[in-house]
Amino acid sequence: MFSFNNITTAIDEFLNSVLPAQGALIVECVLVALCAVLAYVTLAIVMIFMERKVCAAFQCRLGPMRVGYWGLLQVFADVFKMLIKEIISINRSDRVLYNLAPYLVVMSSVLTFSCLPFASGLQVLDFNIGVFFIMAASSFGVLGILLAGWSSNNKYSMIGAVRSGAQMISYELSIGLCILVVVILSGTMQISELVDMQRSGWFIFRGHIPAFIAFIIYLIAGNAETNRAPFDLPEAESELTAGFHTEYSGMHFGFFYVAEFMNLFIVAGIASTLFLGGWAPLYITGLDAFNNIMDYIPGIVWFLGKTFFVIWLLMWVRWTFPRMRIDHVVSLEWKYLIPIGLVNLLIMTLCVVMGWTF
Amino acid sequence: MKQRNTYIGKILFSVSSLATGLKTTLNEFFTRKVTEQYPENRKTQKISERHRARLYMPLDENGNNKCIACGLCANNCPNGTITIKTKMVTDPETGKSKKMLDEYTYDLGCCMFCQLCVNVCPKDAIAFNNDFENAVFDRKKLIIKLNK
Repeated sequence: MFSFNNITTAIDEFLNSVLPAQGALIVECVLVALCAVLAYVTLAIVMIFMERKVCAAFQCRLGPMRVGYWGLLQVFADVFKMLIKEIISINRSDRVLYNLAPYLVVMSSVLTFSCLPFASGLQVLDFNIGVFFIMAASSFGVLGILLAGWSSNNKYSMIGAVRSGAQMISYELSIGLCILVVVILSGTMQISELVDMQRSGWFIFRGHIPAFIAFIIYLIAGNAETNRAPFDLPEAESELTAGFHTEYSGMHFGFFYVAEFMNLFIVAGIASTLFLGGWAPLYITGLDAFNNIMDYIPGIVWFLGKTFFVIWLLMWVRWTFPRMRIDHVVSLEWKYLIPIGLVNLLIMTLCVVMGWTF
Repeated sequence: MKQRNTYIGKILFSVSSLATGLKTTLNEFFTRKVTEQYPENRKTQKISERHRARLYMPLDENGNNKCIACGLCANNCPNGTITIKTKMVTDPETGKSKKMLDEYTYDLGCCMFCQLCVNVCPKDAIAFNNDFENAVFDRKKLIIKLNK
């Protein structure tokens, strides 16, 4: 099967032949960072456009249709507007933290983004505790949100940030439990190995009932992690104007916006990696002709297809349900999702021990 | 749902009620969209017949104005939109003089489209039509003489 390893190895060899080892390493780092950030921004643009169109379709509208054919240039117009806006500084705010917060949020989401396996060999960070690293990197985004709320010298921002902290820290537990289910099933934490194992069958099929429950809980908790409706209390535009990013303008606000969309992509990407097989194609045992055809579809198409399908599921939920109350959000997590998650973990462990998985 | 108060019952009830909501929006996702793309769809757009866009005077089958210049519409108008100028005309056959309509002026800019004038007219001499593209650059152009 075609692997991007061939290309990256060729580039590595070429750089090492013209530069000393240290220089080659630095050039490679810059190249990788450039590619990652470019992919990040491109996907963010695609996601914003998709959100507008999908939201419109769920509300029986057409969405943007005027800027470019079928509204395709609308997002570029939005970005351009954001770029030419002034970045204001708030009176009596904590300057350093105020300016630092958006970068923390974006940094955590870029770090997590770089763990996603786009195709065979097309992955920036891949080491033996990959899943654990994803958990760690994604959870310090909440620090940026808390700092943003605290440093802007604004009651609404503060309330939004505290809500966000309570919500994100709670729901991380559920995400952890769901990821543990997959780790128990597969016995590895390395993302490339996880995907390789799923070439013989996706985990959601191999782990049958517990894996499916874990997938559903992961989607709910992931939706809460990205601060999207019905868990959009940190923003809650009708009560808190815009929550933690009320006081931000221009590109600082843009960073929060982009990071929010990319967190959605990351949540969907991890869901498709852990449960739906990442870039591994769909195989049905016994149908060799079908499996051969599936092999011809490149891995990156599989990964993006699955990810955008999961994103569509999350958008479907987002445009269906109204915002929850803060006590309902917390009780949903602590009274329902965590107990179900723990029992589910137990069931999965039993299944693995007794050999009831495929 | 009988078991709504138990833990499991609550979960089942909420899952089923959430599924109902998801089903509704999924149907919406695939229905034809209601958005009208106005300037492009000018030729195909349909406006409800009862839409009140602009007052006009429908003529009878002989092409004559039905207005008898009674002034009820002008009196009933809350905004004073309508002004009626009359003239006395002597009938050549009977020799009696009769009040006739001279000028029926309608200020579109002041109209609030309450339709009181149309409802009160004894001869159905005025009505609202669907001619809604009324934007002009000068307010004077909104004062329209309705009769020929």
